[in-house]
Amino acid sequence: MSGGLVVALFVALAALAPVLAPYEPLRGRLDERLLPPSTGHWFGTDELGRDVLSRVLYGARISLQIQVAAVGLALVLGTALGVVAGYVGRWPDMLIMRIVDIMMAFPGIFLALAIIAALGTGLGNVIIASAIFLVPQFARVIRGSVLTLKEKEFVEAARALGEGDVSIIVRYLLPNSLAPIIVQTSLRMATVLLTASGLSFLGLGVQPPSPEWGAMLSNARAYMITAPHVATVPGLAIMLVVLGFNLLGDGLRDALDPRLRE
Amino acid sequence: MVVYVLRRILLLVPVLIGVSLVSFGLLQLVPGDPALILAGEEASEEVLNRIRQEYGLNRPLPVQFLAYLRHAAVGDLGISIQSRQPVATLLAQRVPFTLKLAFLAILISATLGVVAGIVAATRRNSALDMAALLGSLVGISLPIFWLGLLAILVFSVKLRWLPSGGTGTLAHLILPALVLGAASSAVIARTTRASMLEVLRQDYVRTARAKGVSDRLVVYRHALGNAMIPILTVFGLEFGYNLGGAVLTETVFSLPGVGRLIVEGIFARDYPVVQGALLIVATTFVLVNLLTDVAYAYFDPRIHYN
Repeated sequence: MSGGLVVALFVALAALAPVLAPYEPLRGRLDERLLPPSTGHWFGTDELGRDVLSRVLYGARISLQIQVAAVGLALVLGTALGVVAGYVGRWPDMLIMRIVDIMMAFPGIFLALAIIAALGTGLGNVIIASAIFLVPQFARVIRGSVLTLKEKEFVEAARALGEGDVSIIVRYLLPNSLAPIIVQTSLRMATVLLTASGLSFLGLGVQPPSPEWGAMLSNARAYMITAPHVATVPGLAIMLVVLGFNLLGDGLRDALDPRLRE
Repeated sequence: MVVYVLRRILLLVPVLIGVSLVSFGLLQLVPGDPALILAGEEASEEVLNRIRQEYGLNRPLPVQFLAYLRHAAVGDLGISIQSRQPVATLLAQRVPFTLKLAFLAILISATLGVVAGIVAATRRNSALDMAALLGSLVGISLPIFWLGLLAILVFSVKLRWLPSGGTGTLAHLILPALVLGAASSAVIARTTRASMLEVLRQDYVRTARAKGVSDRLVVYRHALGNAMIPILTVFGLEFGYNLGGAVLTETVFSLPGVGRLIVEGIFARDYPVVQGALLIVATTFVLVNLLTDVAYAYFDPRIHYN
């Protein structure tokens, strides 16, 4: 559960950023440009004299916001599609799964790039692009879970007792699908941070001067040789948070689904 | 087997049509008049009319889509707004590079991943196993663009072992391929470990051991062949993800691949280029997946596809 600790720390730092940050994230002092780490600036300053620690702390808020919004959106859409495909079957299943196949035909970040190309850059569009990127993965997992569950005796019993489809889905199928849903949510919180910060790094996501971690790295590129600390800290932050959610997801899978434990 | 392959190829048709629809629909999703987007904001009405004529924008959408499909099928993907060159020509210059990079990356990560996975599985719960597991977790958690920056800093700037960008020799590709393949190595190592552990539990492996076959022979002759089957699928998937990761790698190392092309296309609002790049990358990914699935069916005689 070390993953849980990392995630809890991340959420706490994001929530407390305004209290913890020693400086303003957007205002720098040009006479303090690219300072190396010191007691005054733990992680040094960037090319505009802004405190890197404060920016990384405020960046945590942006990351968390993107992660929660994108994964939440994908969860709702993906669950709806997965339940319909798995429970109804027949042509809705065919149709939904073909759409999922088409979305998954764009490897990795390409689907998100397509959406950004159509909608433009910015925080809101990054959230939409990242969410749509995740929808097929949620839909697949939920569909698989619903497919196995609907053949189970307790679902058959409920149907024999005259329960309607909606009631069966809400009372039996969704609660019993919670384990894979929770595991997926944690793992996708990791994926989405890599995608969103990747978009910002390319200049196609959250735009400077926002202290989004990918955007910070994109700016820091130019100063890699003279001031490598500016790029080190946001990258390390992304890695630790992604690692935390991956560990948490793996741990939850072991805890919630003992059959998968080796 | 032949029936299975034919069926898989037939199933590709709706996916490829869907992929074309997405890439075609991109221009329709952009807010505003497509002719204005293609011609630029300050275009005169006369130019706009010519563009509408040239691109067939005044026809109904389904007719436009059919025309798009017909042109794409013969390799006509339109003209780049920025360079006025055919998109197909631009792609022909850029795609081979990305394929080379992704292929080298999968080669490196397959080697690293399979070796690490075997070592971890045969020495289960040892320090080496723990190190491999931890290493693979870090590997899938690393932002590829950050890893690229660090690699340049260490291997190009500090140690001066390898060039930090540009093209020409194999040396130029090693660092980008290593960075691009890092996550794949991790995934392949995890899959190999799990698959080997599964196979090593099988009765025929126990029988081989009982007959006195040496450990080495059991692992490499008896177990590895069967363990490789699920790993094959992962190769195909990871190759696709490497195409995606190439967008970031090519940016970090300033490489002239299709990933860079699409990003530059988005910045320049050069939609024909973006559409063409999306279409070609998705088609490549779908074909690679088909090849791995067919290989899977070929190598696993237990599975019958009807």
